[in-house]
Amino acid sequence: MTTNAGASDKQPDLGSLAQQARWQVVKTVTGSKAGHIGGPLSMMDLLVCLYFGELNIRPEEAHWADRDRFILSKGHAAIGLYSVLALRGFLPVEELATFDKGDSRLQGHPDQTRLAGLDASTGSLGQGLSVGVGMALGAHLGGKDFHTWVMLGDGEIQEGMVWEAVQVAARYKLDNLTAIVDRNGLQQFGLPSSDETTRTDRGDRRDPWFGVDLAAVFQAFGWRVLEIDGHDYGQIQAAYGLARAGDFTGRPTVIIAHTVKGKGLSLAEGVHTWHSIVPSAEDFERARHELEPDELELLDSHVHRVQTGASA
Amino acid sequence: MIAMRDVWGEKLVELGGIDPRTVVLDGDLANSTKADRFAKAHPSRFFQMGIAEQNLIGVASGLAAIGYVPWTSSFTVFFTHRAVDPIRMLVAQSHANVKIVGSYSGLLIGAVGKTHLDIEDLAIMRAMPDIAVLVPADKVELLAMMDWAQAHDGPVYLRVVRDAVPDILDPGYAFVPGAVYPLRTGTDIALVSTGPQTGRVLAAHDQLAADGISATVVHVPSLKPLDENALRAVLQGHRLVVTTEEHSIYGGLGGLVAEVLTATGPAPRIERIGVNDTWGESASDDFLLNKHGLSPEKITARVRGLLDLAVPG
Repeated sequence: MTTNAGASDKQPDLGSLAQQARWQVVKTVTGSKAGHIGGPLSMMDLLVCLYFGELNIRPEEAHWADRDRFILSKGHAAIGLYSVLALRGFLPVEELATFDKGDSRLQGHPDQTRLAGLDASTGSLGQGLSVGVGMALGAHLGGKDFHTWVMLGDGEIQEGMVWEAVQVAARYKLDNLTAIVDRNGLQQFGLPSSDETTRTDRGDRRDPWFGVDLAAVFQAFGWRVLEIDGHDYGQIQAAYGLARAGDFTGRPTVIIAHTVKGKGLSLAEGVHTWHSIVPSAEDFERARHELEPDELELLDSHVHRVQTGASA
Repeated sequence: MIAMRDVWGEKLVELGGIDPRTVVLDGDLANSTKADRFAKAHPSRFFQMGIAEQNLIGVASGLAAIGYVPWTSSFTVFFTHRAVDPIRMLVAQSHANVKIVGSYSGLLIGAVGKTHLDIEDLAIMRAMPDIAVLVPADKVELLAMMDWAQAHDGPVYLRVVRDAVPDILDPGYAFVPGAVYPLRTGTDIALVSTGPQTGRVLAAHDQLAADGISATVVHVPSLKPLDENALRAVLQGHRLVVTTEEHSIYGGLGGLVAEVLTATGPAPRIERIGVNDTWGESASDDFLLNKHGLSPEKITARVRGLLDLAVPG
């Protein structure tokens, strides 16, 4: 039994999977008339590389004790994770249509008491890294070699609790813990750009960390920092490999992944108003034109799920 | 008499010896809360989180998610206020197997002032679904609750006081979550209390008896869950019900009793004794108990006044 997609003979087409997942995000949010788009799309390549190649998980045995843990700390991007979990075989793709509806397993923010495959409940920002620290501490204590991954937003890490966790992770030498910062440079409303625009401006909004060298900050806290293009699969996979291999001085790893908010949907790229929005009928048709996979691609992904033992 | 924090610290060591899943997370107060005993006995399972209680709760949730039984160590106020959001999302809403112990609870924690006196914790914690809220009266009950919490797969909030308190429960006491414990049976009035305040209520009972007033005394150690029918049954037939607690009169035991008794029709008069919409202050135990009407003498006087039986001149 293969335990992850990377171990299968057929390497998944990451680009195609990411496009399918992005399409599911836009389609689901439009159908449910609620949810977020910009953040799920910016992190999508990072997520697809985790779930189809890096994470040691078993969709058919979601609670497997030795699985890698993944926490979506930026919980408002839930529909992005649900879409990837569906493509990976944790739930039927058709179930995405229940997103945000009463009695659904797919709540507006991830609820681990409802859906197997979620390792933490998140939504109130800045809390997921602490849970990851606990899992990584426990893995060290119990002699387990699973790796814990936490996805954070760059707006989210304005929360002070994140930096409490950052301190403790370094002190306890949690080299089995990796934080990924989805560095899309935009938060929900943010600071309007001034007349004097800078290279960190995104459209008409200023970067949440304008004037701050985030890599230097993490380094100063005792973390190993990898800085990559969060849409370049080669860089993402290399960073994940380094992160899992660990650091010879025991430092936890942060991957600062530079991304574009709304990536893949031209209307939304770099536009802060697409953080949380229900697309109009006209915009939805444009999204369909850009993102909807053709039948051949869908067939490929079905074959992939069968090969990895996942249930549709 | 042994201080309640010492009882807690020593029992933690015992639980750690029996159950290897037991871990303790401290917010740099282990020598105050007496979690330092566990640090010495089981050093690999003691985690110092520093002065950062939100993260402490989150880390506890992560440890619980992979099979450990975390107990937390800090002052009550820093959990139920500073860390209330992680407690809500990562513990209660996540049904995480975390045992949140706010020691230094209630009014009698030394001359620390209103910043540290947490008189709102029960109101906050009781409003949260899916977490047990337990308030032990004495050593016997604290030990029984800790055994129950260790075996219970789910979140628990345990309100432990700092100092020694008189033993009031039999050594054979069995803690049943949700149960109410009638300790004296009377006819005129009923006194309802929780935590070590029950000891002072028993003293008030004796003073009232000397005046010919027959009081029922009901101890409510589990504010959540609660057997509401049992509480109504033991209070039935009393024309006056007096609640007393080291807590705000809003939302704690007094609020709970008022909600339960008024839910099913005509209710007796309910008098709530506690901190009446004000903050605490730095002062001696006696000063605070007297000021907020919680000493046996103050309770007795209040009841006499309510019954219009004040002894003349």
